[in-house]
Amino acid sequence: MNAIISLIAVIGLVLIALIGVNVANLHFIFGVVVPYFAIVVFLIGVISRVMKWGRTPVPFRIPTTCGQQQSFPWIKQSKLDNPSTAAGVVGRMLLEVLLFRSLFSNTKFELREGPKIAYGSTKWLWLGGLAFHWSFFVVLVRHLRLFTEPVPVFLQNIEALDGFLQVGIPGVLISGVVLLLAVTYLFLRRVIEPAVRYISLAADYFPLFLIMSIALTGILMRYFLRVDIVGIKALTIGLVSFNAKVPEGISVVFYIHLFLVSTLFAYIPFSKIMHLGGVLLSPTRNLPNNSRMVRHINPWNYPVELHTYSEYEDEFREKMKKAGLPVEKE
Amino acid sequence: MKLTNLLSEKKSAVLNRWYDAILNTYPSDTSSFLKQQKNPFLNPVGSTIFQGIEDLFNELLQCKMEGERVSQFLDNIIRIRAVQNFTPSQCISFILFLKKVIREEIKDELATQHLYDELQELESKIDEMSLLAFDIFMKCREKLFQLKADELQRWTFRRLKKADEIYRQESVHEDIYDEITEFKRKEVAK
Amino acid sequence: MAKTPKPDELSKINYTPPQSSWIDTPTELKEGYWCYGAKPKNLEILHFPNPREWRVQDEDWKLPENWQEIILEGMKERLDKYRSFKVFMDICVRCGACADKCHFFIGSGDPKNMPVLRAELLRSVYRGNFTAAGKILGKIAGARPLTLAVLKEWWYYFFQCTECRRCSVFCPYGIDTAEITMMGRELLNLLGLNTDWISGPAANCYMKGNHLGLEPHTIVGNLSYMLDDIETATGIKIEPTFNRKGAEILFVTPSGDLFADPGTYTCMGYLMLFHELGLDYTWSTYASEGGNFGFFTSNELAKRLNSKIYAEAKRLGVKWILGGECGHMWRVLNQYMDTWNGPADFLEVPKSPITGTVFENTKTTKMVHIAEFTADLIKNGKLKLDPKRNDNLKVTFHDSCNTSRGMGLFEEPRYIINNVCNNFYEMDELTIREKTFCCGSGSGLNAGENMEIRMRGGLPRANAVKDVVDKYGVNMVANICAIDRAVLTASLDYWVPGTKVTGVHELVANALIMKGEKERTTDLRGEPLPGMEGNE
Repeated sequence: MNAIISLIAVIGLVLIALIGVNVANLHFIFGVVVPYFAIVVFLIGVISRVMKWGRTPVPFRIPTTCGQQQSFPWIKQSKLDNPSTAAGVVGRMLLEVLLFRSLFSNTKFELREGPKIAYGSTKWLWLGGLAFHWSFFVVLVRHLRLFTEPVPVFLQNIEALDGFLQVGIPGVLISGVVLLLAVTYLFLRRVIEPAVRYISLAADYFPLFLIMSIALTGILMRYFLRVDIVGIKALTIGLVSFNAKVPEGISVVFYIHLFLVSTLFAYIPFSKIMHLGGVLLSPTRNLPNNSRMVRHINPWNYPVELHTYSEYEDEFREKMKKAGLPVEKE
Repeated sequence: MKLTNLLSEKKSAVLNRWYDAILNTYPSDTSSFLKQQKNPFLNPVGSTIFQGIEDLFNELLQCKMEGERVSQFLDNIIRIRAVQNFTPSQCISFILFLKKVIREEIKDELATQHLYDELQELESKIDEMSLLAFDIFMKCREKLFQLKADELQRWTFRRLKKADEIYRQESVHEDIYDEITEFKRKEVAK
Repeated sequence: MAKTPKPDELSKINYTPPQSSWIDTPTELKEGYWCYGAKPKNLEILHFPNPREWRVQDEDWKLPENWQEIILEGMKERLDKYRSFKVFMDICVRCGACADKCHFFIGSGDPKNMPVLRAELLRSVYRGNFTAAGKILGKIAGARPLTLAVLKEWWYYFFQCTECRRCSVFCPYGIDTAEITMMGRELLNLLGLNTDWISGPAANCYMKGNHLGLEPHTIVGNLSYMLDDIETATGIKIEPTFNRKGAEILFVTPSGDLFADPGTYTCMGYLMLFHELGLDYTWSTYASEGGNFGFFTSNELAKRLNSKIYAEAKRLGVKWILGGECGHMWRVLNQYMDTWNGPADFLEVPKSPITGTVFENTKTTKMVHIAEFTADLIKNGKLKLDPKRNDNLKVTFHDSCNTSRGMGLFEEPRYIINNVCNNFYEMDELTIREKTFCCGSGSGLNAGENMEIRMRGGLPRANAVKDVVDKYGVNMVANICAIDRAVLTASLDYWVPGTKVTGVHELVANALIMKGEKERTTDLRGEPLPGMEGNE
């Protein structure tokens, strides 16, 4: 049900772009206004969201410790899984953000068990997630060629690397294919695994469908439709140089692609896709386990009602004396 | 012996059917987890049940039905189901599932090979198992209540022991205490 | 218990829930799964809101008129105070990595025991009231209004979480259900919704210094009884001091060890070790609780109860504090105490008077874990040990959740055990260290009336114990937590009968060769030592 609602929403978006461009001839709106609007929403939204998180205090130092603590020189500390220094924390976060280490630890021991489907599936989540995020990143970087003139060498290198298979004309870029496969996997996993299906919301399916359609339209343009790349580049360069004009003859598929991308960007600040910012601010991961060495300050620490020793002694003085316990007041 | 041979051949099919039937007594999200996760440490419920029914089925086929062994196999499964929100009948119904599973699995052969007599014998063994299972279920439930009582006792034992000691030392002369104990013992013996 | 099914239902039980989503699936509060509600007198002692007589099974929970407002206000306040809460409400992608990591889910199969769903119980209300998408799209965005049914569902499931943090290890964003549960329980407490088993000990601790409500003379009495037992076993008379000013060290341990078996044997172990060392230390009757049931209630109450430790250290003028074997106590001491009630600038950086080792890792909190203290003693050869005295035992070690995932104390206790026992066997690596399974009854769930849920929750741990029992003949599960000692005893009695439970320092005391001791024939439990079986 949640999946169907999301699918309908994405189809709706495609139709809006199709009708808007083909029927209503709103090329300028869909080629210039919408992207600008989306990018503004994206920037303001992301910044304000992260600021909101960042402004919220971290009252306690609560890292989840996943290895041996620092105690004696003769006991080997697990410096990445239970860091006590800033360097250790940086290492832990890098492994987390770049390699999804926690998800991987999910699978570590399961490999040993041999070829059983169940073990595969958790390992697949790590692999699928990693493939999805990295290919998405590469695709994003590759698109910078549309916004730069001349195209910097490093972008050309990335593209060369990406197309190392050297099949097809134009050459197949792996990242796009991997992205489509990975996002399809993530979707299927959500639908097929009952536990995951049970916990999934529309907000989980929607971005998957959105990204799936973005990848599809992108692949369609690159390999099958032969869109007017010169015209597109004129548009995109115009966008970044704040001198936007809409060249004639750009395929409607491009406008659909652009509209979906704009929707995605505008949607990010309001969605779970913000998890990238969140993981960096997650107090169970980004703090060292050194609270017995360095005092952590809670900015809103306030005095509380206490039951003091003298109140305690007042209540039990006679009993204490009888039991031979020292008292402050006789 | 025809039936046992036939069932030995179909062992894995029967076990899988039986296992599925048992897992269907759990919510669907749960049963899929129980089915998929094969590591006994990460899925003690599923792996114990599967191991348990395999052992029980082997016991049935070998026609041994040794009380102690069967009890142990049943115990492994029932101990789990006894704390899983089943009614008593639901808790032990899984044994009776086997009858239906076997009948379905050998539907064709049943008529052609004249297996009814043997089947009847086998089914009565399954019935025996279910009676045994009921005893085990009751033991598990009694154990749960025993645990509560034991826990309370561990928390008060020292206090009682202490009180008892003071009583013995201060209030009552030792031989009177012994007399009382002796008296109580006689009362109990009556 | 559910109504009796009809005969034809028996052969074909179908527990498949309606195809509706979990939001639309109402929760039925089942007996055996919840704990009794808090008694008014305990809430009054703690000055908590809405003290009243109420029963969980009653329809009417006697809530204040504006309870929704109170909860939402409380939620807003906490969202602004805790980055953990705010971020964890926002960033979950529901990948499902945590789903099968919870011991309650593994043992019960209740989908709402999946950590992600436990958090969604709260998140759904957060979305409905604090996010634009939730306000506009409602159920499509996974939002729902705060109804009485939702509140009861919270109560049911936030007291089916032991705050063990195992899910947090596997979450790619480190989302910690313990944080969510803590917030959920704080909110419930705003309405006077707590369990009797938590609020009672908390009130005791506030007034009398410990969860069990032992008054000062009772503490002395209980210890003296242990001293008698020690004298019987070793021939040595020990005279510990209480509330003594000018001692070098204040010793604080969970009060369960003063009272309940088998924790008392661990306590005897401390007494014997300190005596043998000639340690200049004192017990306190005012700060006679290391554990903190306030921690299972609210941040504020936890701070109130914890404050006694530093206050007492200051009053007695000790140099540093030594803490006994306890789980959540050490989560609190390691990650909260100094922040709440520090800085402890009236104390000195702990230094072992026996070995001279300075405990650099405790230089601001000034509180040392006894496993660290003893490991250092053994490393420096300060203890005469005869591990053969534990040869009747085949020992495995259960890592406690809080010392594992809230501290990282893994090697110290193992080092000690390996020096005092000859037969030590690890459980499966998926179930130890940071991946350890909860005993099933942590975070104040060790009541009696919820025995069924405790047994379910204890199954994954017991199952791993059973494996080493079958493989190596293990007969003793060592641990460093008072709640473990109490509840594993019950859980193992159900799942793996015949397996006993011990604190690490009971093993130390059995192996410890003391100056002037008589020939020992029994261990601390009065059972014959190996080789001495015929002497009784």
